[in-house]
Amino acid sequence: MRLLLALLAAVLFAGCAQQPPVRGTGDLGIVIERADGRILIVDTTARAVLGRVAGLGDLSHASAVFSRGGRYAYVFGRDGALTKVDLLLQRIERRVMQAGNSIGGAISQDGRIVVAQNYEPGGIKAFDAATLELLAEVPTQSKVVGLADLAGNRFAYALFDKGEIWLTDLSDPRAPRTERYPAGVQPYDGLVTPDGRYYLAGLFGEDGVALLDTWRPQDGARKILANYGKGQEKLPVFKMPHLRGWAVAGNHVYLPAIGRHEVLVVDKADWRESARIPVKGQPVFVMARPDGRQVWVNFAFPDNGWVQVIDTEKGEVVRTLQPGKAILHMEFTPRGEHVWLSARDDHAVSIYDTRTFARLATLPAQSPSGIFFTSRAARMGF
Amino acid sequence: MRRILLLSCLLFSWSVVCASEPSGERKQELVRLVRQDCGSCHGMRFTGGLGLPLTPQTLKERPFEGLVATVYYGRPGTAMPPWRSILSEQEAEWIVRQLLNGFPEERR
Repeated sequence: MRLLLALLAAVLFAGCAQQPPVRGTGDLGIVIERADGRILIVDTTARAVLGRVAGLGDLSHASAVFSRGGRYAYVFGRDGALTKVDLLLQRIERRVMQAGNSIGGAISQDGRIVVAQNYEPGGIKAFDAATLELLAEVPTQSKVVGLADLAGNRFAYALFDKGEIWLTDLSDPRAPRTERYPAGVQPYDGLVTPDGRYYLAGLFGEDGVALLDTWRPQDGARKILANYGKGQEKLPVFKMPHLRGWAVAGNHVYLPAIGRHEVLVVDKADWRESARIPVKGQPVFVMARPDGRQVWVNFAFPDNGWVQVIDTEKGEVVRTLQPGKAILHMEFTPRGEHVWLSARDDHAVSIYDTRTFARLATLPAQSPSGIFFTSRAARMGF
Repeated sequence: MRRILLLSCLLFSWSVVCASEPSGERKQELVRLVRQDCGSCHGMRFTGGLGLPLTPQTLKERPFEGLVATVYYGRPGTAMPPWRSILSEQEAEWIVRQLLNGFPEERR
């Protein structure tokens, strides 16, 4: 009898240990510790690190998407691993090695399909979001960049080596249907507008951006911002800009100029250049605060100690910050009152108030790179 | 014996003159630069990405001078930029030598 009681107690205790704390997930997020294959789980309300999860492999260029319940992060590693992390239990739920060399991924509109974009072998792969079972793959014979989710469980992506945009319809996840559109020389990344309609692929091999209206894909991709650097020699590009994340604020799209110290502003009504804003260095991330009033910009090496804030109403830089050494990424809290910045070479994440520009807190992190909050789960193109 | 001594002196002075190594502190900076910043495209473990893999196995077939020139002058038509505004030619040589021999880890 005593033995039975002890056994019962042990079972109950084990059960308790598995129970996640009762809490919501809307203010959770992760920070990538790129050199250590580890992530931090963070709480944006408490402005605190809740825990660490290790064993995620090579996170040199890691990105993440979230289940729509906000409980699970899907982390895409450089080594081709896809890891599903339970943010509440702070542990790896599942993990598959799905390619030799991967660059990121996306999650479908209905949250049921996770898609990885791969460099080696080039292509995309679709997985069941619950089990990580492989559902389909689309080989491309090219490095895939700029994967974005669209309405109808479709995905848009660009082919660096082939200069094309592909649209893959995964509404029947085991039978993908793909359409191809010529885009331009060496697309390096892509983004979709917040409404999910327009897909833009930045071009590295020529001046310009390829634009595809995904409501009318049969019209094909057209080039905007052609010849924006005409007649001027491009500066060496020490880091590729990243387009993902909303760079759309109000009626304008804010885009990094390749090899130039400028942010290009495009009018969404006619897709023409409406302004150029001179900035401190070559932009890497150009990200709109969720309300669109500000656009925050970080820069490529060797100007990566600076961050600048553009006021979208004034159309100019209103603040220049030096938040730390090697600022790799920025992430806004869900409604944008704060921004979290990773300072890789200071081994720190700093939290700023976006209205007063005061530094509110600094959290220690080992070589932090990407910061991803669960609010991405509810946004198209994240 | 004297001949061996002479030979080793010659070898020693050759290595000092020809290799002209960066200082210890600069080496640490270069290791971090290569692992972290080159790592953005080539991977922090040099397994490749948008850029080619930089492991000793993949580089050993390529001529040393060509590799140094790629670092220093870049590769027009590709995403590889020239690093000559950041590095001296000797530093580019040192980096290529380290890549060929298995690149050092960062000091933590």
